[in-house]
Amino acid sequence: MLTQEEREEIDAAVAMSGRNRAASIDAMMSVQQHRGWLSDETLADIAEYLRLSPAELDSVATFYNLIFRQPVGRHVIMVCDSVSCWLLDYETLLDHLKSRLGVEVGGTTEDGRFTLLTTVCLGACDLAPVMMVDGTQYGNLTPEKIDAILGECK
Amino acid sequence: MEEKPLTGRIRPGEGPVSLAEYERTGGYQGLRKALKMPPSDVIEMVKASTLKGRGGAGFATGMKWSFIPAGADAPKPKYVLANGDEMEPGTFKDRILMEGDPHMLIEGMVIAGWAIEAEAAYIFLRREYGPSADALKKAIAEAYAAGYLGKNILGSGLNLELHLHLSAGRYMCGEETGLINSLEGKRANPRDKPPFPAVVGLWGKPTTVNNVETFCNVPHIIDKGAEWYLGLSKTKDGGTKLYGVSGRVKRPGCWELPMGTTMRELLEEHAGGMQEGYKFRALLPGGASTDFLVEEHLDVPLDFSSLQQYNSRMGTGTMIVLDDKRCPIAMQVNLQHFFAQESCGWCTPCWGGLQWAEHALRKIEEGRGTPGDIEVLEETTRRLRPGNTFCALGPGAAEPLQSALVHFRDDFEQHVREQRCPWK
Repeated sequence: MLTQEEREEIDAAVAMSGRNRAASIDAMMSVQQHRGWLSDETLADIAEYLRLSPAELDSVATFYNLIFRQPVGRHVIMVCDSVSCWLLDYETLLDHLKSRLGVEVGGTTEDGRFTLLTTVCLGACDLAPVMMVDGTQYGNLTPEKIDAILGECK
Repeated sequence: MEEKPLTGRIRPGEGPVSLAEYERTGGYQGLRKALKMPPSDVIEMVKASTLKGRGGAGFATGMKWSFIPAGADAPKPKYVLANGDEMEPGTFKDRILMEGDPHMLIEGMVIAGWAIEAEAAYIFLRREYGPSADALKKAIAEAYAAGYLGKNILGSGLNLELHLHLSAGRYMCGEETGLINSLEGKRANPRDKPPFPAVVGLWGKPTTVNNVETFCNVPHIIDKGAEWYLGLSKTKDGGTKLYGVSGRVKRPGCWELPMGTTMRELLEEHAGGMQEGYKFRALLPGGASTDFLVEEHLDVPLDFSSLQQYNSRMGTGTMIVLDDKRCPIAMQVNLQHFFAQESCGWCTPCWGGLQWAEHALRKIEEGRGTPGDIEVLEETTRRLRPGNTFCALGPGAAEPLQSALVHFRDDFEQHVREQRCPWK
């Protein structure tokens, strides 16, 4: 069941173009903001509300990098693995994150605090290596800086 | 002193330029002038300026707008779309404009709306650009309140609604027909062309899609004229350019400089040269999907026309510098992994060819290369030539690979011969 707030946000997205389908990505991102990820049931609820088929909506959901179809932790870490960050050795930082969190890429810590992912170029190549945590970008990363950022995440 | 029309108002670290500051320094003067001109004259002026698309393809902007059906019989509504997806690896220029001076983009889009007689406009922004989204939301609200957006803009009769769309992230959204599909709430697969978006675009209506930096040039062209604009440049392509450098250089960054600035000046003067202990090996001139250039090319101006004879192109104008401590084959693995992952899966030479290329490159890099692997890679780049796919992702992916096979031939052969990576 979608909440009243979620329905109102979807309505606002539909109003932008007057078309249900055009609102599908905004609708999924809005609901994900509240729930962290989109379960099959949630996806079906959004599809029903927009009068789209769940399979069709899922084909859209799985196309986009920022729509999560599996549970994620309270904080999602996305480490840029594209070319400028590769030149600045992002791999060492990713190894640091893996060993510190005890998870592989795609994994979530046992306490549900962090999910570790890689992502494509974040468009901050002058600050490489870069990562994004819950939508905020951090650049010129070092292992020490990463530890401090993680410490801020409750 | 060199003029910096695009970045002159931006004060890094001090937040976006407000509407009051923007107006005080000549902002919205271009729009005021445009609204007194017939739309066709606005298009002619942009044509005369030689403004070319700053998103990578370099298509003439005025020409693009002139393809939109005009007059009373033209299909309606028409749309203006700003491509703020900026997902080309190594590219970080549009974010500076959107974070720093968001009204310039809005003004450029409203002028485009007048020129093509559009009724609605969308900024397609990648969601990872949070500060850009905040700056644009505030600027759009200010522009509505001041009468630069909405009904009967400045008494001209132009009605234009502007919306901000935040993408859920995929490289394909940067391709203009993929962007249109994404705005329609679909997968961002490209569309078969023709028809081009100018005739059949968003919801089947005439649409122009232009890059953020492209739009930001427009208010200045209308305000100060095509002659002035041509004078900013060192070459026949008018204007300034936001150039960038990333990699192991002393001062990675982005700078507005005359179009036609050489790669050596960018690398040595603005980026401060290589970091201590690192030597220059090669560069990608304008994002991941351009052809490698080497030392002998550094004195070539980075613009649309100069690089053609060296089988490369300016792309986005943001250079990615490879140093001598990183393996060029491993760099190819990284690049082709990106392209293979981001391929939408429609065209076989792209989805199949790129996976095959990534596989062969990994084999070579990991010391398992066999005779014939290099030829397989060459064959893959041939199959990805323009015309074999519906969009430019596949041909773009082939560019760094085909040039790597030329410039790093010895490295490829050494990997296969010695069954190891010499950098490991």
